[in-house]
Amino acid sequence: MGLLDSPALQVKDVMKILVPVKRVVDYNIKPRVKADGSGVETTGVKMSMNPFDEIAVEEAVRLREKGAATEVVAVSIGVQQAQDTLRTALAMGVDRAILVLSGESPEPLAVAKVLRKLVEKEEPGLVILGKQAIDDDMNATGQMLAGLLGWGQGTFASKVEVADGRVLVSREIDGGAEDVSLSLPAIITADLRLNEPRYASLPNIMKAKKKPLETLQAADLGVDMAPRLTIVSVAEPASRQAGEKLGSVAELVEKLRNEAKVI
Amino acid sequence: MTALVLLDHESGQIRKAALSAVTAAARLGDVHVLVTGDASVAQAAAAVAGVSKVLHAADARYTHELAEPLAALIASLAPAYDHIVASAGAAGKNVLPRAAALLDVQPIPDVIAIESADTFVRPIYAGNALATVRSSDAKKVLTVRSAAFDAAPAEGGSAAIETVAPVDSADVSRFEAVRLSDSERPDLESARVVVSGGRGMQSEEKFHALDPLADTLGAAVGASRAAVDAGFVPNEYQVGQTGKIVAPELYMAFGISGAIQHLAGMKDSRVIVAVNKDPEAPIFQVADYGLVGDLFEVVPQLVDALKK
Ligand SMILES: Cc1cc2nc3c(=O)[nH]c(=O)nc-3n(C[C@H](O)[C@H](O)[C@H](O)COP(=O)(O)OP(=O)(O)OC[C@H]3O[C@@H](n4cnc5c(N)ncnc54)[C@H](O)[C@@H]3O)c2cc1C
Ligand SMILES: Nc1ncnc2c1ncn2[C@@H]1O[C@H](COP(=O)(O)O)[C@@H](O)[C@H]1O
Repeated sequence: MGLLDSPALQVKDVMKILVPVKRVVDYNIKPRVKADGSGVETTGVKMSMNPFDEIAVEEAVRLREKGAATEVVAVSIGVQQAQDTLRTALAMGVDRAILVLSGESPEPLAVAKVLRKLVEKEEPGLVILGKQAIDDDMNATGQMLAGLLGWGQGTFASKVEVADGRVLVSREIDGGAEDVSLSLPAIITADLRLNEPRYASLPNIMKAKKKPLETLQAADLGVDMAPRLTIVSVAEPASRQAGEKLGSVAELVEKLRNEAKVI
Repeated sequence: MTALVLLDHESGQIRKAALSAVTAAARLGDVHVLVTGDASVAQAAAAVAGVSKVLHAADARYTHELAEPLAALIASLAPAYDHIVASAGAAGKNVLPRAAALLDVQPIPDVIAIESADTFVRPIYAGNALATVRSSDAKKVLTVRSAAFDAAPAEGGSAAIETVAPVDSADVSRFEAVRLSDSERPDLESARVVVSGGRGMQSEEKFHALDPLADTLGAAVGASRAAVDAGFVPNEYQVGQTGKIVAPELYMAFGISGAIQHLAGMKDSRVIVAVNKDPEAPIFQVADYGLVGDLFEVVPQLVDALKK
């Protein structure tokens, strides 16, 4: 009988944290639109873990290190190569990983439905996602998962504290910051200032190779992955021409007044 | 066709970005708006030009625009609408995807152009590509970039106000506190001129070197992420992929290198000025006017010259 089967234990006693991580074009690479306008080039391009997801992983691992959680499980939904992203998460301190095979870059609605199935199976006390994937820039998956599960959501989190079966989340909003508290289980999406993710050390990268990584098929979970949005075309935005370098402040003011007429 | 716009507000004021969402929604059909908060907010909403009905969610559970009750309310109102729209700010992005999930709809965030009732243009990859997408969902749930749509006039309308009854939702979240910055300056997202500082500003104290310039120009003040991370200014100043998206008449960048994530938030400004001591800084590739030099010398000179 596993620990979780014991009726005496509450969610807060043995909290597991699930962290969804996405494999995306590395943030240092300038994306190139494919010549046929069907999307952005990803073949032969350096891929990495979505930067917000590194922050989510870091937060989950810290919560476990502080004793607020017992296990951290990373999950990625995508192509086979997403296992590299999961290995990175394992090297950062995640305990085990799940790869759900599907096409490349599934939509947030489909991802949220897969995650709901995994949540039902794994019963985590918290799911910490990135606030946004830097490829599709959707900023939607965490909110959608929270909606499907009927759980509370602490989005754009810059601070997270777990205590007494609740989680207190400081959130970044347009005019400043807001605090909300949520009953557990709950969903959190990580903003950039939540923490500074650690680098995986070489020994940890070696150790990560031996940690468990389970592979599932999206179809086996009974989730319809068909996209709802059809890409009609992908185009480069109108590029800006570099203007002129000026020699003095006086010249700048003259240009702003008489040429650009903005002041 | 009728669109429902979530009209977000702050400190009792309808956000200007929400008025841009009204303009976008008007392209799609008749416009109804949903507002939370006091009766005064509902009255202000009724005066917005182009709005034909105001749904006022007066119940206290909606006051702070918490996603859990508000998404449930939107989902319950959805059968009467073809489109559900909000501005692409923190409030809209928090609530609308949750409502979309309840409706089994894939949301369409950050719309910058409406091609037809089901086809929209949105930036991806930090604005390095523009995707035109067609939705096959029965209802479309979208957030729109305020920089891409003019704000609807705040006056001129006389919509009917209807109070909507609360709907049940799980009691899983609680509002605790809010900390708003009390700036006298114009709102970053709707200012005509934005003056921004980056890591080159060096410290919180020295960041104030931009104040006299912002005062002279009546500008809003923005910042790069590096400046925010270093603690020079609070997070709501951040311009970029993960901060605010601005498109003022004039954007002036001081001590900002021009990383793609920063450009994502300002490259649609009409006129861009960059001041940087590094002639190779990538910001110069998007600047209409560049000045290579020490910003701490340039800024005071600029203030003097502008006052003449
Ligand atoms: C997922 C992700 C999202 C991000 N989102 C954002 C975002 O929304 N917004 C954002 O801004 N960044 C964002 N970033 C960070 C971005 O990649 C850059 O790190 C950041 O924009 C750099 O800020 P900066 O230009 O101020 O600093 P730096 O790149 O360090 O540049 C400082 C500049 O100041 C100049 N300088 C120094 N002293 C002086 C002086 N005395 N006079 C004149 N010039 C001087 C230097 O020459 C240099 O060009 C994001 C990064 C990631 C990974
Ligand atoms: N295919 C995926 N696999 C795992 N996690 C994902 C995937 N897509 C999105 N996510 C998670 O959802 C967050 C927000 O993504 P998005 O809504 O696409 O911007 C990401 O930061 C990830 O944590």
